[in-house]
Amino acid sequence: MRDLVSEMARRITVNGLQIARNGTALLDVPHLTLSGPGPTLILGPNGAGKSLLLRCLHGLIAPDKGYVEQDGVPLNADHKARQAMVFQQPVLLRRSVAANLDFVLKRQGLQRVARKTRIADLLAQGGLDGKARQAARSLSGGEAQRLAILRALALDPDTLFLDEPTSALDPGATQVIERMILRASEGGVRIVMVTHDIGQARRLASDVVMMQGGHVVEHGDARQVLDDPKSDASRKYLAGGLVT
Amino acid sequence: MHGFAVEFNTAFTLILNGDPELWAIVLLSLKVSVFAVLISALIGMPVGAALAVARFPGRRVLIILMNALMGFPPVVVGLLVYLMLSRSGPLGVLELLYTPTAMIIAQVVLVTPIVAALTRQVVEMLAEEYSEQLRSLGVSRLASVPVLLWDARLALVTALLAGFGRAIAEVGAVIIVGGNINHVTRVMTTTIALETSKGNLALALALGAILIGIAIAVNAMVSTLSLRAEREGLRHA
Repeated sequence: MRDLVSEMARRITVNGLQIARNGTALLDVPHLTLSGPGPTLILGPNGAGKSLLLRCLHGLIAPDKGYVEQDGVPLNADHKARQAMVFQQPVLLRRSVAANLDFVLKRQGLQRVARKTRIADLLAQGGLDGKARQAARSLSGGEAQRLAILRALALDPDTLFLDEPTSALDPGATQVIERMILRASEGGVRIVMVTHDIGQARRLASDVVMMQGGHVVEHGDARQVLDDPKSDASRKYLAGGLVT
Repeated sequence: MHGFAVEFNTAFTLILNGDPELWAIVLLSLKVSVFAVLISALIGMPVGAALAVARFPGRRVLIILMNALMGFPPVVVGLLVYLMLSRSGPLGVLELLYTPTAMIIAQVVLVTPIVAALTRQVVEMLAEEYSEQLRSLGVSRLASVPVLLWDARLALVTALLAGFGRAIAEVGAVIIVGGNINHVTRVMTTTIALETSKGNLALALALGAILIGIAIAVNAMVSTLSLRAEREGLRHA
């Protein structure tokens, strides 16, 4: 039931989205629909507008023109309450690991006992059991990002946005994070993730949005976009060429 | 030289023997400054936090004014509080002049801008870091204030200790509004000034030693807190 309802609620449409600063267009996306099961990976070089698009989708940045819709309705507070985001640099509260999770669970109105159980579940899920009382900001980079993902999942979101969550991590830590993302996706959470790692896109993506210079140059099934790109920009980027 | 040695000896005897007059002065000083810092915390922290997260016209002017108030000369503060509390002043009816309450008021006026300005600085830095994450979690600007204050707690305690350092070492304002009345409003700094002028160096030296001890203890606490903050990854910078 959740799958059917959330499938509907997770269709994200972008209409005429534009952001410009000092006369330079940073983002110009006339139309984009993310309707597949996901995960959707937004791929492209630095400065392509990937993170900006992600922030617009989550409602963190208001575009100069255009709007984002979810299930045919302009993005509103109810949608945002069912979304979560994980940032490139995990922003952890200056509290213990458990208190970081408790913060969001308390805001959801969970009672003390229920929160305690849920925290234990989440920590086990992220391999952080035994670190509940440790200061969150003393965790390693990989552990910190795992905690940030667990905190996002504690919101029980329909959609999880991730902005290059593994860009600063070693392959081992990246693998653990990718497993968590796939598990969340299999559990019904719609994943929209920014990366510039082609390998990661191959490992995770169901569909790929390729961006360059603030434009979406290609969007389609991951295998098709990654193995048989239609645009020159995609071909160059995937071949490892310099794309600006 | 021999005379000074005698004075030092007497001073330490006063401290070690628990001279009631000396310790009454120390206790009153601590009471006045601790109360002043607590009141300053109640006013300064929310004001500083509000200035850090709120955006309104004139905010920049208020911040400049608050920073300027940090360097306000204590004697001028003493004079202004004196005018407010004197019999013909707007608060004269309360008859607070030459009471410990008047000294607390003067110290609150001196310490609040320090607490507010340091709170604003610390919370603004933290707010910048937390901004997107808190908005993503659906935390409003107003609701973010207690979150930021709690997460900045170690830096805020340091700010309060800095305020306490200023309050306990202050002499100009409290001597004007307190009057340095024996057994009523005589605190460490005003006693040191008075007793030195009278040539009673022993009591002045004893109080000076205790004041220095308090200053060292406060600084040690600040250093310990900073170290702890660094160790636990709670530092802001």
